[in-house]
Amino acid sequence: MTSINLILINWNYIVVILLMMAGLYIIISNQNFIKKLVGLSIFQSSVFIFYISLGKVSGGTAPILTGNDETLYSNPLPHVLILTAIVVGVATNALGLALVVRIQEAFHSIEENKLLALKKFSEQEDRQL
Amino acid sequence: MPVFDNIPALLVVLPLIASAIVSLLPSARVAWILTFVVTLLCLFMAFELVDIVSNTSSFSYAFGGWEPPWGIVFVVDGANVYLVLLVAFISVVSTFYAYTILAAEIAVEDLPKAYSVWLLAIASLFGLSMTGDAFNLFVFLEISALSSITLIALGAGQDRRALLAAYNYLIIGAIGATFYVIGVGYLYAATGTLNLTDIVDRLNELGTNQAAITGLAFMLAGIMVKAGVFPVHIWLPAAYSFAPSAVSSLLAAVATKVAIYYFARLLFGIFADITLLVEFFLLYILMPVSIIGIFFGTIAAIYQTDLKRLFALSSIAQIGYITLAFSLNSNSGISAGFIHIINHALIKGSIFMAIGIFAFCIGKRATMTSMQGVGRQMPITFAGFVVAGLALVGMPLTAGFISKLYLFKALFETNNGILVAIIAFSSVLSVLYLWKIFEVMWLKEPTKPLKIEKEPIMAYLPVWMMVAVIVVFGVYSNDIVMSGIGAANALIGAN
Repeated sequence: MTSINLILINWNYIVVILLMMAGLYIIISNQNFIKKLVGLSIFQSSVFIFYISLGKVSGGTAPILTGNDETLYSNPLPHVLILTAIVVGVATNALGLALVVRIQEAFHSIEENKLLALKKFSEQEDRQL
Repeated sequence: MPVFDNIPALLVVLPLIASAIVSLLPSARVAWILTFVVTLLCLFMAFELVDIVSNTSSFSYAFGGWEPPWGIVFVVDGANVYLVLLVAFISVVSTFYAYTILAAEIAVEDLPKAYSVWLLAIASLFGLSMTGDAFNLFVFLEISALSSITLIALGAGQDRRALLAAYNYLIIGAIGATFYVIGVGYLYAATGTLNLTDIVDRLNELGTNQAAITGLAFMLAGIMVKAGVFPVHIWLPAAYSFAPSAVSSLLAAVATKVAIYYFARLLFGIFADITLLVEFFLLYILMPVSIIGIFFGTIAAIYQTDLKRLFALSSIAQIGYITLAFSLNSNSGISAGFIHIINHALIKGSIFMAIGIFAFCIGKRATMTSMQGVGRQMPITFAGFVVAGLALVGMPLTAGFISKLYLFKALFETNNGILVAIIAFSSVLSVLYLWKIFEVMWLKEPTKPLKIEKEPIMAYLPVWMMVAVIVVFGVYSNDIVMSGIGAANALIGAN
């Protein structure tokens, strides 16, 4: 009974773990560069949820001064940190997508297995120079 | 003077503002001049900082007047002041070098933008080496990663594989950085603070705490990715070999070193009180991994034919030496690690610069076949390259010898003969790949005339500046040794 209770109370952390593993799995298993970036986004989002969960105080309200000393506030700091992390995540994704566009232009493919075959070929070319 | 009180902030803010201005400039030459002036100013401020720290031992700057632990703080002490100086020096020299070599490898209209990202990378490296806030460090880590990726991708004009290298770095680097943030989250949950000095105090009160230990594990894993420590190094060889030469020399010299410094700070400065765990990590994880890394890097370099890739692989071995020195967990080991951080930055920086000049003059990638006899055609650059190569092996009268000397001194203290023998053997192995290059470049007859006959003075001057510093540190080793010992004392004394 206690273990079920533990899961019910901490369900948000379980969601975090599931999302994190799903994101990592997508990055590792997928051949397509865009799908890898999607996986990266999911992976990063799981960390955002982790931080937001950390900052929530049960029964706490938004951290705006009410004038009442007994008001229980949630911790705003992790939320602020995550705002920064979201911006960083957006920048990473934008740069990644820009690179994928350039890769498509240069190699006419964004599938990792095809590109690896191409890369091996051009490395052999290098040696013959 | 009031300006001097703000040096830590100015070191980041100045390149950051200049980066925005440079991106708008129409002329590549004006952009370069502004970049160069800014890096010179940073070097001047870094010297001033060394002066201040030598008098007061520690200098902290609270942003916006918010005192720590509430605000974000930059801390400069014995452990990182020489790192700041190193970043400043390398950025001046490699910016000087970029004038000819970067201009030859990148389209002219892209140059101002390239210098803008270049300054951004330098700003983030200063930030990384000074920040005293765990989350602020993540932000600088990402600025540094994103700007390095952009700079690496600029190599696509020469070789399209630079794009793949940049993409790989982006994915692996982002996973590493996210791991680091998870660790910071755990640490914040356990201690309720992000200020690094405050964390030390709170951890002391907490004792052994599961959340803090998990946090440490995640943070170390993330930082190791950024530092290019052996099992998580896979982004590094491709990134350094396909980036433009000036970029490789800047990144290979300082980008990984800053991450390694923070790695040492985490282990010895912040988590030192969780003694059992740190000792376990150092002895059973870091030491074997470093030794495997040294052999992997050296042997892979022997079989490599592309020169830039060869020295990128040798970087992995050299990072292995630094982490091996740290893993000894002794005062002399940590000093040896810090000495090698500075020496290796100078050596690898000058080697990558020299390779860039070779490639510039022969007009194609520097490989074992295309470099035949080039040493005879380009004696000035080649001489600098040879001195730097000798320093890499650890020849007396060069800075590399001082590194090896102190590393062996630290190894002998452990009374572990097998360890000493293994490391001595690996040093001998590194002679092999350098001899292979020397043979190709000097003993073989030149096959083709050079595309550009005259060695560009603006390019070999910075190489010789670095080489001069390497030799000076090899002969008058007092300063560099004191900087290493000072760093070790500052780290260990901090807890």
